[in-house]
Amino acid sequence: MLQEAGYNALWALFGSLFIYAGSGQYFMVTLLVTGAPLLTVAVMTLLINSRHIFYGLGFIDRYRRMGWKYPYMVMSLTDETYVLLSTCKYPEGVDSDKAAFYISLFNHCWWISGSVLGVLIGTLIPFDLTGIDFCMTALFVILLLNHIKQVKAFTPIIIGLISAVLFLLIMGPDNFILPSLCFTVLLLALLKGRIETVKEVSAS
Amino acid sequence: MTISVWDAVAIFAVTAVATWVTRALPFLVFGNKKELPEFVTYLGRVLPGAIMATLVVYCLRLINLTAFPFGLAELISVAVVVILHLWRKNIFWSMAGGTLCYMILIRTIFPF
Repeated sequence: MLQEAGYNALWALFGSLFIYAGSGQYFMVTLLVTGAPLLTVAVMTLLINSRHIFYGLGFIDRYRRMGWKYPYMVMSLTDETYVLLSTCKYPEGVDSDKAAFYISLFNHCWWISGSVLGVLIGTLIPFDLTGIDFCMTALFVILLLNHIKQVKAFTPIIIGLISAVLFLLIMGPDNFILPSLCFTVLLLALLKGRIETVKEVSAS
Repeated sequence: MTISVWDAVAIFAVTAVATWVTRALPFLVFGNKKELPEFVTYLGRVLPGAIMATLVVYCLRLINLTAFPFGLAELISVAVVVILHLWRKNIFWSMAGGTLCYMILIRTIFPF
């Protein structure tokens, strides 16, 4: 994408290093091409990435114990990192904080090298790769499956699912994530006592 | 249309800072408190499942159920991922199998 817009690999490198947000970066290409005003850029980026506000909530306690790694852990909390860190079970004897740090770091490295390689060889790949992006869908489906196997209360998953479908139908595919997540949080807040009881009952 | 390098750098910088703000916000608000409000730890426990379900819907957001091919390529491929994953329990094979299935389907049975 960047290549087509007339920017070289160096731009991709810095974009992935500092911005490190899939949809945010795609969107930035559009903004670069049109030369959008900075305020528009800021507002749109805030809106696109606003779902990240919810990601941090589960990690506050854990991350702030991590010393010098804390700021980096906060900045590298992307969709993929969030889901991986929420689902993965650490083997006995493994320092889970260290593992989480390396997961975040490797995710970031792959992302950077992927973006740069994409620009460098994007136009050289001889066959059509349309559909390769389905691997993201596959990954989230797999991680959701793993998560379902681990937890006892399915209510949050069902709420998230219904809310997402509902707002997708109402708002359309481009901006349903934020209202959907807000609605999910609201429902979860209202159901607070109940979900916990469900968990305790099935655990005993 | 191409814009000047410095305009581009400015857009880069603003995007980066805005992204950081969204990620840092919960930490800035709650990060310095000794005890987290119970409500926040509760959300931290129940949100992952809800967000994962939302992200799966997000990945499938562009399918059209009212006209051919009714999102069948996506839905069949998701089913392949689920079956492969329950059967082999290997993330790599489930991803590769599902993606391959999808790429074949959109080229053969369900062209765009």
